[in-house]
Amino acid sequence: MTRVLLDPSSEQSVPHRERLVRPSVMTGQVVGLLDISKPRGDVFLDQLELLLTKAGAKVLRFKKPTFTKPAPVDLRQEIATQCTLVIEALAD
Amino acid sequence: MTQPGAPTLPDGLVVILKRECATCVMVVPVLGQLAATVYTQDDPTFPDGIASIHDADLSVSWHYDIEAVPTLINVVGGVEVDRTIGWVRSEWQRITGIDDLGEELPAFRPGCGSLSVDPDRVDSLRAAFGGNVLKSRRLELADLDDEMELMFERGFTDGLPVVPPTEERVLRMLQGTTRDPHEIVAIVPPDLVEVTIEKIAINAVMAGCKPEYLPWVIAALEAVCTDAFNIHGVLATTMPVGPVIVCNGPGTRAIGMNSEGNALGQGNRANLTIGRAVQLIVRNVGGGRPGEVDRATHGNPGKLSFCFAEREHDSPFNSLAVSRGFEPTDNTVTVFAGEGPRCIVDQKARTAQELATVFAACLRTLHSPKLILAFDAILILGPEHARVVAEAGWDRETLLAEIHSRLQIPGSELVWGAGGMADGIPPHLHDATLPKFRPDGILLVHAGGGAGLFSAMVGGWANGEMGSQPVTRRVTS
Repeated sequence: MTRVLLDPSSEQSVPHRERLVRPSVMTGQVVGLLDISKPRGDVFLDQLELLLTKAGAKVLRFKKPTFTKPAPVDLRQEIATQCTLVIEALAD
Repeated sequence: MTQPGAPTLPDGLVVILKRECATCVMVVPVLGQLAATVYTQDDPTFPDGIASIHDADLSVSWHYDIEAVPTLINVVGGVEVDRTIGWVRSEWQRITGIDDLGEELPAFRPGCGSLSVDPDRVDSLRAAFGGNVLKSRRLELADLDDEMELMFERGFTDGLPVVPPTEERVLRMLQGTTRDPHEIVAIVPPDLVEVTIEKIAINAVMAGCKPEYLPWVIAALEAVCTDAFNIHGVLATTMPVGPVIVCNGPGTRAIGMNSEGNALGQGNRANLTIGRAVQLIVRNVGGGRPGEVDRATHGNPGKLSFCFAEREHDSPFNSLAVSRGFEPTDNTVTVFAGEGPRCIVDQKARTAQELATVFAACLRTLHSPKLILAFDAILILGPEHARVVAEAGWDRETLLAEIHSRLQIPGSELVWGAGGMADGIPPHLHDATLPKFRPDGILLVHAGGGAGLFSAMVGGWANGEMGSQPVTRRVTS
């Protein structure tokens, strides 16, 4: 007799997405820097902003309300529509 | 009551019997007076001399909720309009319309249990006739598959073996709630997947729950999936926290939860499996797995399950749930993002003041003696400590106020570098006095065994709206 179990999972599969090709030059790129609201994340991002601006990129700064929760949908949408690249700052 | 998909009963009188029932044998003589359709559950030749239909697969009995035999049903236009169970002469006379039916028989004889409710058969009957209510994907095992190993291989376990979720077991689990198996209960982070009662039941089976635990699992899951509790953050953090579930209300004793000796430890099925089921759902439905979204640096053993009941029956205080606005008669779960418990020892204190002082001193060290206001805590008062506090005439509020008053800390002890410890608060707060906890940041619970001058404390995670807040939910059937 065939033994049957019930699937405890969400029965969903995550689509595989290829990474975008890394840009060869920063000129003309709009880079979003997302501060996740961890202490001293801004220190790291300030340095990145300097380097990126020097390399010719335009930098936009964004900030999550709290590091403990995912970025709100509106914020993600804002970044997606305004930026060509995004860098997220993690950790203390 | 008729179950969906029931075979049609013929109009007129219907009698369901089995030979092994003495009352059924007794009523055979009256059947000759009735133009009834007779179903026999066990022996197809029964009743002797009367045409009967063998309900071999118990389909009729199961679908028509036959609990005892004999059962006499009157069917009009395909719909049951009347029913009597066992032999109650007056009832049989009324339903059949034969005034002198069975005058030679006793007035009353109870029936016997229907084979369709035989504990050895009911689960397989439910799966055979009610299994199509389950929508989850079926995992078919090959002959050589080991079902325990398959659950590991598919990544469905928390590292310990799980009870294989067969249709029979899941349907039995669903008997623990009146809610529709397809009802969506919550959206489970991190994958933000809708979870149904059915998926909860599957994982509750795997965790080892009994059906009567299911409402507690559902309530706890609803609580952890709120924005206030923020299970996404609790998972994703590198800190060693997970849902700590404190259960309150008379139902905790009804389902056999432990609030006494070793309440936070091993040995009690309800305590361990309710908490485990919640974590399995977060893992299997929500996709919250260690090494993926769960980024804990160390974790803690309570992330397998950390669930216990408050010892209410002899507590000198009102319960945690009552302090949070619920009635003593409510069954509730309170979820708290917490680490593992730590013991507070004081075997000398004989006054409430002394105990409040040692509680404060120990609570001061949670996460770091120099970190303040960012974390809540649960203080689990052991009964021997609680007795000392109660003898002073202190209630919950007084004890908490006394502890808070002892946790007003000079900024000079907390600033960066003070005491040789780098962490702490910025130097401009050097002259301030600051509390370790926010005003409602200590949750007081009474639990533990009757012997031992100990209490316990559980440190929390980032608190408030920006982190995780304790959430209390009522448990409903």
